[in-house]
Formats: sequence, C-alpha cells, structure tokens
Amino acid sequence: MELNIVEALRLAIQFATPYLLASLGEVFAQRSGVLNLGVEGMMLMGAFSAIFTVSSKGFGASPWVGLLVGMIVGGLMGLGMAIVSVTLQAEQGISGIGFTLFGLGLSSLLFKVLAGGVITASGFGPFPIPLLSDIPVLGDVFFRHNALVYIAFLLVPISVWVLNRTSWGLQIRAVGQNPAAADTMGVSVARVRYSTVILGGIMAGAAGASLSIALTPIFQENMTEGRGFIAVALVYFGSWSPWRVMWGALLFSIANNLQIWVQILNIQIGGADIPPNLLIMVPYVLTIVVLVFARQRARVEPAALTKPFERGEN
Amino acid sequence: MSQPTTLPSGHTRIDSAEMRGIVKRFPGVLANDHVNFEVRAGEIHALLGENGAGKSTLMKILYGLYQPDEGQIFINGEEVHFHSPADALARGIGMIHQHFMLVQTLTVAENVALGMKTPHGLLELDGVKKRLRELSEIYGLKIDPDAYIWQLSVGEQQRVEIVKALYRGGALIILDEPTAVLTPQEVDELFVTLKQMREQGHALIFISHKLHEVQDLSDRITVMRDGRVVDTVPNDGIEQRTLARMMVGRDVQLQPDRPEVERGPVRLRVRDLVVNNDQDLPALRGISLDVHAGEIVGIAGVSGNGQRELAETIAGLREAVSGEIELDGKSILHASVAERLRAGLAFIPEERMRHGTIGVFSVAENMILQNHGDPPFARSVFFDFGAIARHTGELIRRFNIKTPSQETPVKNLSGGNIQKLILARELSRQPVVLIAAQPTRGVDISATEYIRHTLMQQRNEGVAILLISEDLDEILALSDRIVVLYEGQIMGVVDREDADVEMLGLMMAGARQQA
Repeated sequence: MELNIVEALRLAIQFATPYLLASLGEVFAQRSGVLNLGVEGMMLMGAFSAIFTVSSKGFGASPWVGLLVGMIVGGLMGLGMAIVSVTLQAEQGISGIGFTLFGLGLSSLLFKVLAGGVITASGFGPFPIPLLSDIPVLGDVFFRHNALVYIAFLLVPISVWVLNRTSWGLQIRAVGQNPAAADTMGVSVARVRYSTVILGGIMAGAAGASLSIALTPIFQENMTEGRGFIAVALVYFGSWSPWRVMWGALLFSIANNLQIWVQILNIQIGGADIPPNLLIMVPYVLTIVVLVFARQRARVEPAALTKPFERGEN
Repeated sequence: MSQPTTLPSGHTRIDSAEMRGIVKRFPGVLANDHVNFEVRAGEIHALLGENGAGKSTLMKILYGLYQPDEGQIFINGEEVHFHSPADALARGIGMIHQHFMLVQTLTVAENVALGMKTPHGLLELDGVKKRLRELSEIYGLKIDPDAYIWQLSVGEQQRVEIVKALYRGGALIILDEPTAVLTPQEVDELFVTLKQMREQGHALIFISHKLHEVQDLSDRITVMRDGRVVDTVPNDGIEQRTLARMMVGRDVQLQPDRPEVERGPVRLRVRDLVVNNDQDLPALRGISLDVHAGEIVGIAGVSGNGQRELAETIAGLREAVSGEIELDGKSILHASVAERLRAGLAFIPEERMRHGTIGVFSVAENMILQNHGDPPFARSVFFDFGAIARHTGELIRRFNIKTPSQETPVKNLSGGNIQKLILARELSRQPVVLIAAQPTRGVDISATEYIRHTLMQQRNEGVAILLISEDLDEILALSDRIVVLYEGQIMGVVDREDADVEMLGLMMAGARQQA
C-alpha cells in the first residue's frame, strides 16, 4: 500500500464509516430525548454477529446477510435499552454503560466459545463506481470504497430529510424538546422513543459490522476501542445535525490514522519522530476537547434529553 | 334546530358534552368524587375552584389524558371512551393548558401539524399554513405560521394555542387558567376572542380561580371543592363573596385591612443596578428604588422582565454587573448570602421547591437551614434536637402549617404549606428587609389569604417589604407603592391611591408613566 495523500484521504473517508453510522443512529435517539451510551456494546455485538455469520467458522453467509444479522442484533439491544430507559425510566447514562459492558462481555465470551479466539472472513470488497471511479485522484478518494461507505454517507442527507420533512421526524423533534406538548397533541412519546432507540441500535449494529466485515475483516476482543463512545461525543460535537456529525466523523477518522499523515507529511518534533503511542492517544484527547467546546452549543441540545417522560408531572 | 351544525372552523358543533358520575382516584387522593358536569354549544362555562379541587383532573379526563375510574362521558348524547388526547381531538375537543404546550424550537405550523395523520408520513406544511391563515382570518387572530415559537411573546403564544385548538379539536375548547401569564390588555383581547367563538357556536370551558374574570366572561359557573361539585349556577349577578365562600367553604378576605403606619427610614436602597440574565443578556438596565420600614413596595410586571433577576441579586444569588445595594445604609453588593442573612435580609424565593426548601429534608431540617450552626440549634458541633423540635413546633403552630409531623419530608406537603413554612422560617429570624417573590403563586385561596395577612402584619410592625408579583390583584391588595418593571427598566412608580389597572397594564406593556 503506497502511502500518499490520496490514499490517506481514501482511508479517512473509509474509516469514518463506523463513526458515521453509529452517530447518525444516536442523533435520532438523542433528538427524541434518549441518551444511549450503550452504542459501544451494540457495535461490538453487531461486529461479532456479523463476522460470525459471514465466516466459515459460522454460517459462511454473504456479507449482506452478515450486515443484516449485525443490524438485527444491534436492534434487539436497542429494544432492551428502550425498555430500560423509556418504559422502566431508568437513569439513561448508567443503563447505557450497562449495555456497553454487557455487549463487551458477551461478544468476548461468544468470540472465545464459538470462534475459539480467531476469526476472519472475506467481507465487503471494494465496489468501484463505474465511470466516476476513473476520474483521476477524485475517483480514488471518493469512488473506490466498499458498499457500506457509500450507504453511510448517503444516510446523511436521508437523515436530514427524515427529520425535517416527515411526520415521524417532526414527532422526534417535538418529543425531544417538549414531550408533554407532543403528548397533548396525541403523539405517543413512548412509541416515538422506542422507534428511535431501536433505530440507534440497528445503526450501531451496522457500524460494528462495518468494522468487522468491511474495514478489517477480522474480530478481536473490544475491537471497537471506544469508537461507540466517540460516536456519542460526535453527536454533541455536531450539535445534533447529521451534516455536522459527518464532518466530525471525518475529523475523528483522520485523527485515528494520524500515524499515516505524520509519515506522509513528514512531521517531526525536534528532529525526532513522534512516538506512535502519542498519536494513538489523539482521538481520545480530541473527544474531551470537543466535548468541552460542545458545551457552548448546549443551546440547541434537545431540552428533554435524558429526561424520562411521565404524563401529568407538569 | 335549524341552525347549521358546522362551525366556521370546519368542525361539527358539539351541542352538549356531558360528564356523569366521574370518579378518579390517585394514590391517597380522591381527585374527582362522582362529578357531574355539562357544557353546551354557544356557552362559556366557568369551572371554579381551589388548587387541588379537581378541576384540572376533570378536564384532563375530558381531554383523554386520564381515564376515569368510574363514570361516563357523552358527546351529543352518544357515549364516548377517550383513551388518549388523539381520541378527544378526533371528536373535536381541544385543550389549552396552563403551561403552553408548544415546542419552542418548532414553527407555528409545525406545532399545529404535530401528531396529524398524513398520507405516506410526509409533512404537508403548505396545506397546514394555508388553513392556518384562513382560520386566523375568520377568528381575527393574527399569527405567522412560519414564526418559531421562541420568537413569540407570551400573548402571541397563547394565540397560537387557540388557533391550534381551533385547527385540531375546535368544537369544544377547554382553557386551563389561560390568563395566568397575560397582561391585562392581553386578557381583554383573549376575552373578545372567546366571546366571538361563543357567538359562533363553540362550547368553551374556562378554568380559573380569578373571580372577576369568571364573572366577566362566563354564562354558567360550576364550583368545585375537594373533588366534588358544590353547585352549578347561572352567572347573573352572583357576588364574588358568594363564589369565594362556595370555593373555600367559609368567608375569605384576600385584601387585608391596611392601618395607617408611619413610614420609617429607608431600609433597602438600590441604585443604578445592572444585572445580566442566565444568557448573559441585560436583565436589569439601571434600576433604582427605596423601600422604607413599614411599607410594602410592589414590583409589577409581566413574567420575564427582570423581576427574578432583581430578587436574586438582592438575595445574593446573582452577581450584579454594576450599581449599588444597601441594607440599612451599608453596602451588601459584595456580601455573601450568609452575611446578608445576618444583616437582616429575608427572602421568599419564586421557586419554593428549587430555592426555598430541600424537598427530601424534613420540616424541622428545613426550618433551620440558615441558622443550623448557631445556638440554640447547635452546641459546638452537635445539634440540640430538643431546641430544634421546640422551635419547629412553635412555628408550625404559629403559622398554622399542616404537616403530619416534624419529620415529614417537605416535598410531601402542599404548595401552600411549603410556602407557609418558608414564611415561618424567614420571619422567625426577625428580618429588617423581606423580599417576597411570587409569595402566593400556585397557592390556594386560604393560604393566599393567610400569607397576605401575614405580610401586611409584618409591614405594620415595621419590616420593609419588597413584593414581586405577576398577579396585579396581589400587587394592588398589598402595596403602598407600585413600581412597574418592563424589559429591565422602571416604567413608573405609582402610589396606591393613584393606581389604576388600565394605567398599570399599559406600563407593564412598555408605556412609560406620563409625567
């Protein structure tokens, strides 16, 4: 693999996929007033179930079936999160962390028991778009990806459209801001929140599958390495707007592959190479920095975020 | 009946809506006890009662928000079962809630379209906007369908609520204390609209505890007390006293007697006070006022014109940008809350649960929140529980606080009793200056009566009282002088003898006092 700017940009777009999928799902959940911190665990379960479906150790199915299974598993965990946070009105942050730990533990266990500690699969291959991929430079950067990359980026305008142009989108925005008002207009707050949290789970499952069967056709314990939490942070960074979340995903994708950029651009500190561990740390430090700045955008935060709704409390 | 049965809003007229034998129980409370209630087309029916009398519960049942434990509802003689507001809306019943049920971040049209069934699930806002313009034409309610709610004034937001109700469930509209947040002029406009809707054949239910409004507006009055209907009477010459007695069960006097008291020296002096609000925008733009011993100065104004910031700044909960605050001639501008308390300041905050008490603490603990470290309540580092219990017991008796015990968590008390507790605590420290912010908001008539009498008594004993209230009746009932606040500025200062509601209303809407 030749290292040049074109390749680095291509990787930046490609590795933005898991962030983008998970963050878009989280945008829906948060816009309706539910903070789902279980994304990390849902991604891990999606990643393992997808690769196990595709791998010869499992069912040897096609990557599309693997993706579907990953989404179903993520959606089921989303359903669990919805029951706990909407119906049982548990504290959302804590129950989300519970789902993350659950996903981490269960995916590791299944990995050991079912896959014996090693699993690979031939997942989604590159799918160059005819004609467009032949454009010099641009073709390489934008149009020589696997199918999930295109889908993830297409979901950005689709999400915007759904939120702003459909009844469901209007209900989501209303429920996240003033659930009591939506309730008096005959909107079922619980139904809307169930739908968005399950959608968030499905998208997290897809994000996990994109890691295990599209980007690195392999599964490792805790292979998400905090990407699920970063995806949640991206929603704040992007002020709950799918477009801004997309830019955030790209930014973090670049931060993730910072070693490559440092090599290409030949960046050194005091004539010495920058220690790689320092570079690996960057996305996590960036998360903290981003959240500090995101605080100042709190004005657009869904007013009912993290608040369970019960009729007649107003 | 030869009258058309379709209303200008397009709904089928509801000639009668009847609730029979409605029973609704909440844990430990019988909110509605076999209630009968009826409203007809072309009628404004007032529902009058104290807080907790069961008015809102009854109306939430009619609107499908609650399901009754017993009883039936009939619309035009046909029995109906409402499982959610969507069912009630479908039968032409709309409700305007006391706290506006509008999503601030959405436009007017989006708020109206919320929850509407549309083909393919796509929003069709153009059609909604067109119909909104038609309705606002027919009913003379000016609104911009594309405006965001947060851009609108309170009066405009209420217009949106009315149009929303007309659009969605327009034949019978329930208004839950709709005037609580309006200026007197906005109230007049609202009443004109409601009377027009009555002429056109809408059925209207008007929930209120303001007697003169009920008298001005309604055709019939139903009074509720303790979950039961006391009586339904036609509104022809019934006296306010009679209505109040029906509500409370005894005679009430909301306007305490006012003996002439010699005005003492200035106790609280505020000069050129500039304060920012939570968004760091100017809330007070140079306020100056004096409060003398033995006088009540009332701050009148519509909510959100700087009253809260004024109270918090004097109490020490908010920092001033510039200006001066003096208590008994000494600056307290930079003093801590504890220093202000020691200097003789007492504060009844606007939000009694958030700033006035700690809900999970007991009555006794809340009584000594400020001076728990001082004798006789504490000796060295230990509490003297005997002294605390004696102190609390005496205050409970003196201020007639209804609580099961001293150990009861304050959050289990009613609003009126929490307010009495705060009053008791503040007055037990024998303050020089008392800041009372919305002392009777959300409190029932008997507690209101008690609190007002207590404030007046404190004034007579020489306390300097700054009364902040959005209830103009309260300002007029208590104040010796009235200061009108609008957008952080003083529009004028009026002596009680010269005060008149219309003039105050104009000043509350931003007109400066004529010299």
